[in-house]
Amino acid sequence: MFLLALKMLLGDRAKYWMLVGGLAFSSLLMTQQYSVFQGLMSWTTSHMRNMRASIWVVESRVEQVNESKAMRDTDVNRVRSVEGVDFAVPLFQGVLKARTADGSDKMIQMIGLHSGTLYGRPPRMIEGDIAQLRLPNSVVIDTLAMEGTRLGSGMGRPLRVGDVFEINDREARVVGICQTERHFFGYPYVFSSYDQALQYSPRQRKMLSMILAEPKPGWDTAEVAQRIMRETGLRAFTVPQLEASTIRWVWNNTGIPISFLTTIVLGFVVGVAVCGQTFYSFVLENLRNLGALKAMGASNGLLAGMLLFQAMIVGLIGFGMGIGLTALFGLTVAQSGQPPFKADAAFVFQSLAAVLVICALAALFGIRRVAKLEPAIVFRG
Amino acid sequence: MTTPFRSVNPVSLTAAPVVGNPPSSLAVGARGIVKVFGVGDARTQALKGADFEASEGELHLIVGPSGCGKTTLLSVLAGTLSSDQGEVNLFGTRLTGLSSSEVTRFRCRHIGFIFQQFNLIPTLSLVENVSVPLLLNGAGRRDAEAKAAERLRQVGLAGRERQLPTQLSGGQQQRVAIARALVHEPRLVICDEPTSALDSMTGHQIMELLSTAAKAPGRCVLIVTHDPRIYGYADRISVMEDGRVTHVHAGASLSSYIHSENRS
Repeated sequence: MFLLALKMLLGDRAKYWMLVGGLAFSSLLMTQQYSVFQGLMSWTTSHMRNMRASIWVVESRVEQVNESKAMRDTDVNRVRSVEGVDFAVPLFQGVLKARTADGSDKMIQMIGLHSGTLYGRPPRMIEGDIAQLRLPNSVVIDTLAMEGTRLGSGMGRPLRVGDVFEINDREARVVGICQTERHFFGYPYVFSSYDQALQYSPRQRKMLSMILAEPKPGWDTAEVAQRIMRETGLRAFTVPQLEASTIRWVWNNTGIPISFLTTIVLGFVVGVAVCGQTFYSFVLENLRNLGALKAMGASNGLLAGMLLFQAMIVGLIGFGMGIGLTALFGLTVAQSGQPPFKADAAFVFQSLAAVLVICALAALFGIRRVAKLEPAIVFRG
Repeated sequence: MTTPFRSVNPVSLTAAPVVGNPPSSLAVGARGIVKVFGVGDARTQALKGADFEASEGELHLIVGPSGCGKTTLLSVLAGTLSSDQGEVNLFGTRLTGLSSSEVTRFRCRHIGFIFQQFNLIPTLSLVENVSVPLLLNGAGRRDAEAKAAERLRQVGLAGRERQLPTQLSGGQQQRVAIARALVHEPRLVICDEPTSALDSMTGHQIMELLSTAAKAPGRCVLIVTHDPRIYGYADRISVMEDGRVTHVHAGASLSSYIHSENRS
């Protein structure tokens, strides 16, 4: 009977495509928007994956990785003195202006690494040697910075090793190109030594943005972070703690999550509305046939099962199409990296569950109608 | 729960005067059926204590003017509508004593339906439509389709098993409906105006099929109709008026009733 139920639905082409289309659109809206949201959230924490430190020590009022409140240089030594800390190095991070060959100013995400260890270096060098950051006025740029619309502006070609540009009227010579994860602000990463970064940055009383630390082998990272906080009064995060704190900050202080959440909820509501209405109208149009089946001995349970089966099958097909379109979108934007896109297997399953809930709700309207249906309806003219 | 009809109701149920031979082995019996629709000003009493009997091997017509309660009585007899009062017995089973799911199971096993508008599912092929009662009774798809194809052959539609109902004429669709009604060998076949949507010749062909079906051992065919052209096929005719069966014609009385109806 379930196969026949499916043929009943597939035979009504208009309704079938309306249902599949509605569910595909709903799935697309939910999964695509969530993936873009995830991508954006991932951008907010890209510092952590680009610098890969185990413990991040910041000023006590800092809540997230993109925020910096300068500390005293002596704080590095205070952190180094905490038991369980293997080593700790200073880090500068700040948004500076760079002047390109055509005289235009471009914003950059400046990262100053401890020149002795270069701890916090980018994960992958494409060209050049990171050790050359120890040379005066040298910088390593990421692939985003190379682009003609960024630091390569006016060059007529992408920026490459050996090229020179200016940061705050100081020369910056490119000694390497690295691969980084894009930052939320969209500015290209420019790495230099810590001391060099201080030179590039406008002078202030305190310049130390962060301290990156590593626990001694065998020590628990979270415990060492706790010790640092207890003994220095600074704030110390492990990677998961800082990631959570950053995302929490974005949730609490920007409208981004609400805006995406609204779209995702709308996707769900549109799915329920379109599918509920279409499926109900399919049931109404087939009421006499369903009445005939009921008269012939189909129980309410069997008819409910048939309707649920029909709804679930179109749900799976619609979801498949929606997730396919989302994947296509993801592949299309993967090259440019914009808008950010980060698919999440758990959310794919959650969306599937949401679509199946939509289908169950849609079927429920029909099931209620059929349950109340008197089989004697088929004898009325 | 099944109770032999005779044992629960040893006296004749028929209040209406029976003219001719009394029913032999009783297939369908109903006593004092009352059915009310609506409430307040909209309250309509469709059946006002109707009694009815039909025998095995009988093609029994229920006739009467529009609004007299024929279809309501048929629905109650078929177990598709519950009565407010009265008792229905089918082949020894007291239908009114069964739960709703038991009635559904009973219908599924023992009753075949033929509807005025055929009610074939338009998106299913003929063989799939005919196999529905077998599938509802738990048959496998392959077996069901083989039996359905055989039934289609018996009603003259061999070779058209994979066609859709919309590709057939009205008469052919009604043949499919007959094949569907008989495919699971039901004991009772309920027909609602089976010829009203058909031309005279097709109507007669359909009645030939139903008449043959009624002769199967242990079977009874009940037909509600307005169509006097088919009265000649009846073994017995119950006439309804104002929610009651007022006359039952059989034997010689049946011939004179048919004659008088055809003359008028």
